[in-house]
Amino acid sequence: MDEKKENRSSELLARALNQEVPRRSFLKGLAVGTALATVAPSKTAEAFSLSDFFKKHYKELSPQEKTAMLARIEAETKKRYGVDVKVEDPPPMNGVEFVYCLNLSKCIGCRKCVYACVKENNQSRDPQIQYIKVLEMPKGSLDVHEGNMYYDHAEVPQKDKFYMPVQCHQCKHPPCVKVCPVEATWKEPDGIVVIDYDWCIGCRYCEAACPYEARRFNFTDPKIPPEEINPNQGYLSNRIRPRGVMEKCTFCLHRTRKGLYPACLEVCPTGSRKFGNILDPNSEVRAVIQHKRIFVLKEELNTMPRFLYFFD
Amino acid sequence: MRTYLIFWKAMLRQSVVGSRGYYIWLLILLFFIALGVVGYIQQLRHGLIVTNLSDQVSWGAYISNFAFVVGIAAAAVMLVIPAYVYKLKSVKKIVLVGELLAVAAIIVALLFVVVDMGRPDRLWHLLPIWGRVNWPQSMLGWDVIVLNGYLLLNFHIPAYELYKKYTGHPPSDLYYKPFIVISIFWAVFLLLVEAFLYVGLGGRPHWNAAILAPRFFTAAFSVGPAFIILTLQLLDKYTHLDVEQEVYLVLKRIVAVALLFHLILLVAEVFKEFYTDSTHGESARYLYFGLHGYHGLVPFIWTAIALNVFATLSFAIPKFSRNMVLINIAAVAAFIGIWIEKGMGLIVPGFIPTPLGDIVEYFPSWIELQICVGIWATGLLLFTLFLKAAIPIETGALRLKNLKS
Repeated sequence: MDEKKENRSSELLARALNQEVPRRSFLKGLAVGTALATVAPSKTAEAFSLSDFFKKHYKELSPQEKTAMLARIEAETKKRYGVDVKVEDPPPMNGVEFVYCLNLSKCIGCRKCVYACVKENNQSRDPQIQYIKVLEMPKGSLDVHEGNMYYDHAEVPQKDKFYMPVQCHQCKHPPCVKVCPVEATWKEPDGIVVIDYDWCIGCRYCEAACPYEARRFNFTDPKIPPEEINPNQGYLSNRIRPRGVMEKCTFCLHRTRKGLYPACLEVCPTGSRKFGNILDPNSEVRAVIQHKRIFVLKEELNTMPRFLYFFD
Repeated sequence: MRTYLIFWKAMLRQSVVGSRGYYIWLLILLFFIALGVVGYIQQLRHGLIVTNLSDQVSWGAYISNFAFVVGIAAAAVMLVIPAYVYKLKSVKKIVLVGELLAVAAIIVALLFVVVDMGRPDRLWHLLPIWGRVNWPQSMLGWDVIVLNGYLLLNFHIPAYELYKKYTGHPPSDLYYKPFIVISIFWAVFLLLVEAFLYVGLGGRPHWNAAILAPRFFTAAFSVGPAFIILTLQLLDKYTHLDVEQEVYLVLKRIVAVALLFHLILLVAEVFKEFYTDSTHGESARYLYFGLHGYHGLVPFIWTAIALNVFATLSFAIPKFSRNMVLINIAAVAAFIGIWIEKGMGLIVPGFIPTPLGDIVEYFPSWIELQICVGIWATGLLLFTLFLKAAIPIETGALRLKNLKS
């Protein structure tokens, strides 16, 4: 890559990821404070002995407490579902910021991603919780209100339609994080918005705030057939959620933080999905942003998604 | 300290001793509260699945009622201002009723928030220091502060004055006057925060409108005083509290002005949505005329508008407003009209259509209704008990000396 191109790419990246828009600067100083707290290594909070009686916030867990917590979740899952699982807590990697790009020219709306996601992330089967919605759109519009997410044809793609999967956009300015009254959801250094399922109070304010309908609520205990439980689990991602809390796509952080692709990408038959580290100059997503026409859903809301659509 | 305990004991005793009619009233309320408790136990056992809420419409009857009842609480200032700022003696005598109404209303509001939570066992996460409040970022963090602060203010002011009346000592200005000033500003602040809870969400065009906050004010200042007008007549009839005509006059004027502004703001909102005719107005279209064959709220909102127009005319036209029977009917009409509008008319259409254009309609389940009725009955019960204890002290029937002799 010659230097000229490199510059152009950085400019594009800046536009896609780093652009600050002043009108949203309300309370920004404090937002920066929160963000710094996110980046800072988690410290042990020993201030209140009474808090031993309660579960602590994820960020206040000491390494030992975290290990104990993971073991406890494994034991609980064993007790409840009779399945041996391994719960880990892979940390974000240094110098990595994830970006997802989806090729609207290629997606055929087969929904393989939807079901791979349900399986990978141990979502409830009854009532069924899905992180990805696929909109069937009439050619000639990018307005999601024109789309239909309940299409049910024998064959896809349909003539004169294109398909637009929508999942968590892992926003750089996440409205969900801003509104959460108890900091149960936050943005990780690698750009993934996560939820502490053991801290969420279930007020569903984040769900009301999300413009991408990315958040799902556990209205009751999730039901998953034990033989379908994915045993490779992450504390902040696909471990089985309790009732009464929010959940959402985490870019499969238990996989992607180990260098694997998200489940939805792996299963995609058309190669519409591209995932990678935007900070890596040789990554596919970087090339997409450099060379393709990008579409940002609801760009006017200034959420700065890390989930981008592109066209061939 | 001892007298203070005696004072509370006397009030407690006073609140539970009464005539047969009083007991029947309490029993009716207790029946509905029990119904609510039964419903809530169901919800605790099975989760929010027993409601008709969904990922598409994630707030419903509980938050609707919450948005409405906070207005009633804030409306206490509509008595506090004439009583303490304009020093109207006639209003000063009954300002207590407004303050106690505020306490009951805030408790009702808090109950509605609690029953809406998916994890009520984690309520303590909202506590400062102990929990982890996302303040000042989250409007719900602000909400915890304004609600509880308002509750404390409106609890302290009447309690202090009653205590002084009870012991026969003159109240010291220092202990309540500053709090009254704070409570006036606090009420304004409370309504702003309540509105900003919704206004702050950019992805919900139905809420993301600057007109929302002023509409919260006009709604609150119509409904609160309307409710107080009704209450005062009952108190006038069944207790020793004398309510002067001037009080009704003041309250009727407040309701008349508030309702008029309420209608004007409605017209302003409707004009913006329909004349512009952009996709941002889809929620309004769903609400007023139905959208893509879904029109569950249409009959409700038109009923609400009809009731509000009727109430406005009754209160605003002098010839009508002299007729107390008509005013009472109009007060009830305004109460129901605005209740529909704040609940079904504001919260539910905020979710319809969803940000991705999905339309899922919502009507509360039986369990939700049961819980709502239970919470309202709890509020009425508290309000009744408060008044039962406070009015004899206010009128001088209950005094420390009387108790000793």
